[in-house]
Formats: sequence, C-alpha cells, structure tokens
Amino acid sequence: MFNRDTWQEILATVRKHKLRTGLTALGVFWGIFMLIFVLGMGQGLENGVFRDFGSRAKNVMYVWPERTTQPYQGFQPGRQPQLDMDDILAIKQYIPEVQYIGPRLSLRNIPASYRDIGDSYEIRGEMEDMIRIEALTLYEGRYINALDIRDSRKVAVLGKRTAEVLFGKEDCIGRYFRIGGMEFRAVGIFGPMQIKPWTEDDLEAIVIPLTTMYRAFGTGERVDYFVCSAAPDVQVSAIEPKVKGLLKQRHRVAPDDPRGIGAFNLEEEYQGIVNLFGGIKAFLWFVGIGTLMAGIVGVSNIMLITVKERTKEIGIRKALGATPGSIIQMILAESVLITGISGYLGLIAGAFVIGLINYVMVANNLEPDNFYNPQVNLSVGLSAITLLVLAGAAAGLLPALQAARVDPVVALKDE
Amino acid sequence: MIQLRNIRKTYQTGYNRLEVLKGIDLEIEAGAFASIMGSSGSGKSTLLNIIGMLDDYDHGDYHLDGTLIKGLSQADAAHYRNRFIGFVFQSFNLLPFKTAQENVALPLYYQKIDRLKRQKMAMEYLDMVGLADWASHLPTQLSGGQQQRVAIARALITQPKVILADEPTGALDTHTSYEVMELFKKVNQEGITVLIVTHEKDISDMTRRIIRLRDGLIENPAEGGVAVQPSV
Repeated sequence: MFNRDTWQEILATVRKHKLRTGLTALGVFWGIFMLIFVLGMGQGLENGVFRDFGSRAKNVMYVWPERTTQPYQGFQPGRQPQLDMDDILAIKQYIPEVQYIGPRLSLRNIPASYRDIGDSYEIRGEMEDMIRIEALTLYEGRYINALDIRDSRKVAVLGKRTAEVLFGKEDCIGRYFRIGGMEFRAVGIFGPMQIKPWTEDDLEAIVIPLTTMYRAFGTGERVDYFVCSAAPDVQVSAIEPKVKGLLKQRHRVAPDDPRGIGAFNLEEEYQGIVNLFGGIKAFLWFVGIGTLMAGIVGVSNIMLITVKERTKEIGIRKALGATPGSIIQMILAESVLITGISGYLGLIAGAFVIGLINYVMVANNLEPDNFYNPQVNLSVGLSAITLLVLAGAAAGLLPALQAARVDPVVALKDE
Repeated sequence: MIQLRNIRKTYQTGYNRLEVLKGIDLEIEAGAFASIMGSSGSGKSTLLNIIGMLDDYDHGDYHLDGTLIKGLSQADAAHYRNRFIGFVFQSFNLLPFKTAQENVALPLYYQKIDRLKRQKMAMEYLDMVGLADWASHLPTQLSGGQQQRVAIARALITQPKVILADEPTGALDTHTSYEVMELFKKVNQEGITVLIVTHEKDISDMTRRIIRLRDGLIENPAEGGVAVQPSV
C-alpha cells in the first residue's frame, strides 16, 4: 500500500509546505513529549515513595506485647505479657510461613567508650537475621552471626555515626572498646538503607548478640519486640493472625482480646499506595492523552485547511484517474507521517529530558524526598507509538474523507 | 466512439432548477477532430464534463467506445477516465510543485506503472511535444504555450481514445494558439479522437467538424449532429 511512490508524493507536498507542516508537527511533538515527561516524572514519584518502603518492608511485620483488656484463665485485665526467647523459638518451630524472625531487646543510655572518647548509646540485643528483615545495610565488616549467638560472644556492630564518633577516622574493625564497662570487639559497621528522620536511631545504635545481652547485662531472656518476614510466596497479612494466636495462647491472652499482643504490617498501607499510584498514573495518562488530543485536533484542523487549499490539485488528480481510495490513502499517509515523525521525536525528547533529570540528580547526588529515578519504561514507549499511529490515522480521517468528496467539476472550474 | 442519446442535465441551485442540457443527441466517430462552440452558459463545458465522466447526467444514454457510461461509482469513473480520456484545460492545471516530467508521468502513477518506466515514457512524450530539454523545469518556469504542451503530453501518455480539451487556447496568444492546434492536429492524425470546446471561431475552423450549442441544445444537428467528414 505505502510504496516508494506514495512516500514521494507525500514528501513532495510536505516539502512544499515546510512551515505549516512544522507548526502542525509541533503540536503532536509537544503532546507526546508531555505524555512521556509527565509519566516519567510520575514514575519518579512512585519510585521515590516505594523506595521509602524499603525493598522488603511490604512483607514484614512487627509484633510487641501490650496490656490485656480482657480477663482470661484467672488473669485480670491490664496485665502486660512479656515476650521471651522461647516465643521466638516457638514461632520458628510452629509457623513455617515465617521466613526470618528478628527479636530485639534495647537498653538505652549505656555508656560506650574507646580510649578517652565515650558517650551513651542505645544497645540492641539482636539475632543474626535482623539485617535480612529490616531496611539495614552493612558498610563494613559483618553483622552478628549464628556463632556469636551460640557462644554469646562479646562482639558488636556499630551504627555508622557511633563508629565515627568513637573511632574517628581509625578503622574500627577488630578493635576492642567498652560497653557498660565490658570489652567488646567491633566486627562491623551498619546503618539504615536510607537516612530519614525516622531511621536516625539506626545510625547511633550498637548491636550485640542477644544472648550476650542476656548474660552481660542481666536482663533475663526477654524480648522487647520482634520483626518477622513472610516467606516469598506468602502474604504477611496471612501469617499475622497465626503469630498473634500462638503468642496469645502462650501468654494466656484471651483469643478475642484486641490487645495483649500488638502487631503491625505495611501490607495494607503498601496496597493503598499501590492503588493511589494506579490512580495517579491513570490521571497522568488522561492529562497526557488530553494534550496529545489537542495536538491531533491541530493536525486534523491543518489537514482540513490543506485539503481545502489543495482542492484544485485533488480535482486534477481525479481527472487524471485518481480514485477516491487513492486520495484518502494520500491524505491519511501524510497525516500518519507527520504525526508519526513528530511524535517519535517527542518521544525521544521526552525520554531524553527524563534521562537528563535522572543523570543530573545522580551526578549531583540529589536525593529529594519522594522522588527517585524517573524513567520511561518500554511499555509506555510502545503504547505511545501505537497511540501515535492511531492518532495520525484519526487526525487524517476527516480531512481524507473531505478530500475524497472533492468534485472535480467544481474544483477545476476556471474563474 | 462517443454516442449521446437524449442527454439531459439539470442543476439544482437553492430553489432554482437550471436545465443546462435539454436533450443532446450526438455521435462522434472514432478519429474525429471536432469542436464544440457556443456562448457562455450554453452548456458546452457541462457536455464536455459528462463526456469526460467528471459529471453525471440525469437522463439519456452515453456510450463510450461501446460501453454504457451511466451511474458509475467514483472509482470506476476514475478508472475509465484514466484509461480512455485525456484532459486538456484552459488553465493547464499542472501541479505547480512537480516538474514537467513528473506532471506528465502522473497519470501513469494511477495505473500503478513502475517509476522508472513512468519517467522514461514521460520523457518520450515530452520529446514528442518538443519539450525534452525542459523536463526538469517547474510549470512556473515555463511559458503558457509550453505549459499547455506539457499538459497535452500528460493527456496523451495513457494513450487515451479521446482527448477532451476545454478552451485549450483560451489563455494563449494567437501564435501560440495555432502551435497548440497544430499539435492537436498531429495527435488526431495518429488516430486519437480530439474534441475541443472553444468560443473562438478561428480555432474551431481548424477542426473538421463544428458542433454548435445553444441553450442546452445542438443548433446544427443537420450538419453537426451527424458525421460530415470521416476520419483519415
């Protein structure tokens, strides 16, 4: 259908009306550019927000004890259950859907010092899996491991800022320092994956094996709270009642007591935000397509004028044997060509600007809240191109039909 | 070649009905070299448009080379025009953004003839009208006479059975007009039927048959309505 001759015919007419074609093309260019740009920025917003969630947070839940509100098996309401090491072991044993479980016991304002530098810090007793669950990252050395737990070793992983305060520029790994008067060996430096107001604590904490905590600080085998993650193919909301049920049973909390054992997971919030971004994306598509539509109407409008202006030419072509079909094809092809090329340029320009913003942000280490890695994915690009061809055809349809209706007798009438 | 039986054509303009052709009976044999004369409004252009299948008629029968031409679809009409008819207009009607050669080649494009062959044939026909050296010129770079010769080459390239010329000399000076008429004569000698609409007596006198039209009727059916001179 679109052979070389057709294209030559089109190119000849396009070349003849450079300015008009250019202005028309600008509308479509801008439409696609805005569509891509807006969607790319939306993606950046989405990426930023989801990054705050951390890569695994959505499948993680926190569990803690709180005061009961109902009497049960002879216990009065208002009792505070106390989680302990046995609970952790019981969950590991009876609930296989739990992938990792990380108990934590914190002591605050414990003095820690290296040589003559010291301050008081939050000391956390943890087990080896904590770093796999929480949004923590290891900068140097290693985290607590299973042998540390088994042997109650006196080793410590320092929050990044704590390490800087105590050791300065010195390499702390393998060095001994004091926590609450006892010698601990520093084995690693950790910190939060992202530094946010609510993750500052992680920068300043010192983590030691939970078992060491029990022995060295005489806390008894208790646990403040624990974090656990669901196995990859399990939803954390599905295991939450199981974990709570088991703990309620173990601590004699009434099964229907809304309190006693508290738990929190981000799955619902996560889903809410996923839905929100679905809505935002739909809105952005709506706006972008609206802009594109304006461009298309522009093309259609100009093509109508073009057809009017070319009435005589169309009349001549008809007299020479052009069928209405060939006239429609000529106008449609011209429309698709103009929208296609200008839209494609808009697509490239939009992707380029998005890429540029990303590049500038990365290069200058800019990390604003809620914005990260704006991008245009392949499916958006492909949709846009499909849209373009359809748009071109739609824009050309009315003018093409108009052209096909040109009456050669009227068109060729000499004034 | 062309047979018209009681052709009527009425235009509806608002509440007015204007009967332009009031029953034309006309036969033009193959190889004729004829002119249609008449004052403005006599219906001569309408008649030519009907013969050229650019316009439809309300009543009667029109046979072109034995084929009944009636109620054709636009696509069929386009096809017949392309194969059977070559048009020449008063204002030449060349496409201004195409070179002489491209203009001449255009009808072959609608016959889906290969590009190179089109160009080659266009050159041959340009050569025939004596404009081979002007092939790459745009119409605006040509004189009126040259443009009309390009238009004639374009009309001839499909090897049509009939050439229909609507006031072909209307925009040309006398000298150039005669040159163009010489060209038509040459075309006719090759066996192509040539029908010229004109209101210039000296032009019509160069044809072998004059059909006079007045108020939608043929005025001289006796001498003009029937063949007076057979073709060569």
